[in-house]
Amino acid sequence: MALSTRIVPLVAALALATCAAAAPSRDAGESYVRPAAPPVPADNAMTPARIELGRTLFFDPRLSGSAWISCATCHNPALGWSDGLPTAIGNGMKTLSRHTPSILNAAWYKRQMWDGRFASLEEQALGPIGSADEMNLGLDEMVRRLKDIPGYAPLFERAYPGEGIAARTVARAIASFERTVVSGESPFDRWQQGDARAVGDDAKRGFEIFRGKADCVACHQGANFTDDGFHNVGVRQRDGVDDPGRFAKVPVKAMKGAHKTPSLRDVAMTAPYMHNGAYRSLREVVEMYSRGGDVHDNLDPNIRKLDLTAAEIDDVVAFLQSLSGAPVQVAIPQLPN
Amino acid sequence: MTTKSLLLLAAALASSATLQAKEIEVSQKTKAFMLQKSPVQALHVNVGDAVSFRNDDPFFHNVYSESAAKAFDLGSYPQGQAKKVVFDKEGIVDIECAIHPDMKLRVEVAK
Repeated sequence: MALSTRIVPLVAALALATCAAAAPSRDAGESYVRPAAPPVPADNAMTPARIELGRTLFFDPRLSGSAWISCATCHNPALGWSDGLPTAIGNGMKTLSRHTPSILNAAWYKRQMWDGRFASLEEQALGPIGSADEMNLGLDEMVRRLKDIPGYAPLFERAYPGEGIAARTVARAIASFERTVVSGESPFDRWQQGDARAVGDDAKRGFEIFRGKADCVACHQGANFTDDGFHNVGVRQRDGVDDPGRFAKVPVKAMKGAHKTPSLRDVAMTAPYMHNGAYRSLREVVEMYSRGGDVHDNLDPNIRKLDLTAAEIDDVVAFLQSLSGAPVQVAIPQLPN
Repeated sequence: MTTKSLLLLAAALASSATLQAKEIEVSQKTKAFMLQKSPVQALHVNVGDAVSFRNDDPFFHNVYSESAAKAFDLGSYPQGQAKKVVFDKEGIVDIECAIHPDMKLRVEVAK
């Protein structure tokens, strides 16, 4: 009796000591549960016909001035819906200044593009088509071309009855297809649901560092691992390009060199990394954060030197790798004539 | 009306404005502007009133507006800090957090 009363406070004290030793989580109880379905705007309900039309348009190079570049040229499903390049190659083989963002889970983003200049997937879908640097096809010419391809009329009619072939229906169809490009259930998700063996101890430790010592959750929050925000995280320049980022849209000092926080789901599939592809691997990215960024001009104040050990960096990388689900299976469409 | 009485009237008006000017506390929590612990999208204030913005999230927030009635940038600041803006002109002031652009607050400033 006397022994047990002495042991209980000792056990309690040990438990307290263990809690104190672990870094406190700073994510304020964010949920990491993968949502069942993406948000869909009221005026563009997802239907099989709209998804099919959108997928067809997504893979059709005739949506570019050269008739040689499709959405899928840069957003290649075999490369994590990006292109594997540091920065995109556009019309006339011109090398562009930003990395092609994966469209995986773009359905959840509250703003699209690295600088957030489009508010929705519907707005975004026409941007690269009309951009002289990217697909270089005027939208009027796009509509004329699609009307000249007899096979498209019935696809549009099934998707948007009575609305015809127009920039608006093209945009809405592509957005509908993009909302199907979502990451699958990952080992991390299975672990969160209670399967302790779904991920290794390294990934489990990595998640604690991610939420604690490294404070990655200051920006990568919640189920899609993003705050839908904009930060200058100190990425090193490539080819002398000093990218103003969000500042071009929002002329507030904090936005100089700031770019959108991307999702981390399936991040292992989308190397190289950051808005300019300056880092080849997840390890290089975590090392950059551990150094407190590589460029300190107007650095986001959430970024600070972390001094992670090599083992801690391995653990964070293992955690990031545990966020990969089975790749989306997409049927390559036969394009209409 | 004499110059003296005009001055007295002006002084009386100024002092009553000073007495009535209030300070409203707005919190930034879970990436939303909150008034008394509830999300708030619009505030009605009078010319001369101040709003204090306190960051209650464990990461940095920013507060800025580009509106003609009050253009300002409070910069980025961490949990526990507060910064104040005095609304000195009538009009509509649209405020956002530059870092988290879904955080929006409209302040309608009346005379």
